[in-house]
Amino acid sequence: MMVNINFNKLWAWPAYIIFLIMTASFLICPALCLSEYDYVDINNPFLRKIPIAIPLFKTTAKSRAEKRLSEKASGLLSETLEFTGYFKMLDRDAFLVDPEKFNITALNINFQNWTSIGAELLITGSLQVKDDIIDIELRLYDTFKSRLLVGKKYRGWRNDQRKIIRRFCNDVIHCLTGKRGIFDSKIAFISTGSGNKEIYICEFDGYNPIQKTHNKNITLSPAWSCDGKWIAYTAYKKGRPDLYIEHLKEKRGFIVNKKGINITPAWVPGKFALAATLSFSGDPEIYMLTGTGKIIKKLTNNRGIDVSPSWSPDGKKMAFVSNRSGTPQIYIMDIDSGNVKRLTFHGRYNTSPSWCPNGDKIAYCGGENGVFNIYVIGIDGNDLSQLTFNEGDNESPSWSPDGSLIAFSSNREGPHRIYVMSAYGTDQRFLLALPGEQTNPRWSLGTVSN
Amino acid sequence: MRRKLWISLVLLLVIPGVLCIASCAKKAVISEPAEVVSAEDEAAIKAAAETAERAQQEKLARQRAIEEQRLKEKQAMREKMAARNMFINEDIHFDFDKYNLLSMAQQILQKKADWLWNNPDVSVIIEGHCDERGTNEYNLALGDRRAESAKAYLVDLGIARSRLTTVSYGEERPVDPGHNEVAWAKNRRAHFEVE
Repeated sequence: MMVNINFNKLWAWPAYIIFLIMTASFLICPALCLSEYDYVDINNPFLRKIPIAIPLFKTTAKSRAEKRLSEKASGLLSETLEFTGYFKMLDRDAFLVDPEKFNITALNINFQNWTSIGAELLITGSLQVKDDIIDIELRLYDTFKSRLLVGKKYRGWRNDQRKIIRRFCNDVIHCLTGKRGIFDSKIAFISTGSGNKEIYICEFDGYNPIQKTHNKNITLSPAWSCDGKWIAYTAYKKGRPDLYIEHLKEKRGFIVNKKGINITPAWVPGKFALAATLSFSGDPEIYMLTGTGKIIKKLTNNRGIDVSPSWSPDGKKMAFVSNRSGTPQIYIMDIDSGNVKRLTFHGRYNTSPSWCPNGDKIAYCGGENGVFNIYVIGIDGNDLSQLTFNEGDNESPSWSPDGSLIAFSSNREGPHRIYVMSAYGTDQRFLLALPGEQTNPRWSLGTVSN
Repeated sequence: MRRKLWISLVLLLVIPGVLCIASCAKKAVISEPAEVVSAEDEAAIKAAAETAERAQQEKLARQRAIEEQRLKEKQAMREKMAARNMFINEDIHFDFDKYNLLSMAQQILQKKADWLWNNPDVSVIIEGHCDERGTNEYNLALGDRRAESAKAYLVDLGIARSRLTTVSYGEERPVDPGHNEVAWAKNRRAHFEVE
């Protein structure tokens, strides 16, 4: 599937001509990635990491600048793919062939050079810079089958390098797992770096964190709309916890500032509507609101606390926290019938449900003996598993859009920071270094445009 | 010549002498009637002095009274301020993950109700707070319940609902930044602010 992608900001005409030429030259390549999804089964908790070789990208000009760029780009490709937890990156020192010398197209690759060092996948790349325009060719091979799985050619500004690499990674992951990659997603979180709790947004891997709110009081609970264009959150701009619904790019939005608390927004999948807890009646209940903040209906009806809604991917069910049994526990409500079923019975403090985008399980924060950890439980209440152990308090789980990773906050190294782990608790690592403390990570559902 | 000198010498001595005698004679003439004071005059003078004394005494007494009054007012004001500060500074506390009022909290709320009863113009903001443990979202709701518990109790004691508003800060505004049971116990509170 040789596709040529032109990045925006390029002059239309010359780019268009080049686009045509390249598409023509690449259409000859026969091997396509159609139904090769059996490479990575992301539902397997004992996932074996696939050994992959990513040699330095080939450069033609041999200039120092180009070489440096090649190192940077191939390094970024390795890091981006490694973030998924699916791959084992093979050490470049072990490679039998010099990237400067070997040819990067299938016809000329001796795959034995790669299978003999254990590589099951190989990504070759070439890179060319002319003026400020960068051309990158990338190919993913199955070394045992000697087959091209993904081949793409990209042209863009030099600064688009990261975008290009990510786009290719998305294609690689789609080819290997049958799912869209997470590389266009973003993570919103709360940081105290400015002296107050404010919302920040970074890319999926912690890159480029940007402060989004400047409320200078307390800002909490960011929630992404399904299209990634809106964010809802609670802030004390007027001295009390009100709900703000804001468009991320355009300067418009809505406020829900009823008496009492206006907190814990959660967007309904596929709709411009959200659930949130309001206590204007004197008791915190979950309501369904339009995207403009008008009440559609009252969802819970119970004396006591009802907070933290999280929707099933089909929008038909909602997990939430209630203390109706005497302690905070997670319940699931069927929206049409209004039936409520208790989900958690283990422990006396279970909060922060996050419904997995795959639909089958819920991550949550459970407290036992004064220590808080992340757990995952099937929506039928079976298959409870604890993902974090003996490492400080671990709270606020949030799934990546493909359901393969969980972001959460932990104070295992002192201050609260954002961490990421696999859906099974493996590969726990720290996401980004920022001044102050970071909490409440919320992964966007899909693509968030820049 | 010598004679002239003698005359001038005599003159020099005599003229001041004469001048001196003249002045003394004048003095004697003036002082003489002063020594002769009538009994009537004496009584009048005495009375005037007594009146002045009395006035002085009265003035002092008045001043003392004013001072006393001022002190009393100051004391009253101080007491009032103390009561007000007590009202503001005395938080009520809760058990972990609970919002029911403990008996100590109820006693404090009764005092608060008395004060509110005596200060009918005052409106109050009741803040609900939690310790840092647990989820901040859940704690926002818990803080809301705590403030509402306190409000409901005061309303039961006859304080108008319209004078009481609540705001929950969850775990966002601890009084004690510590990470131990002592700090947590202090932070699980409802705090009262006068509007």
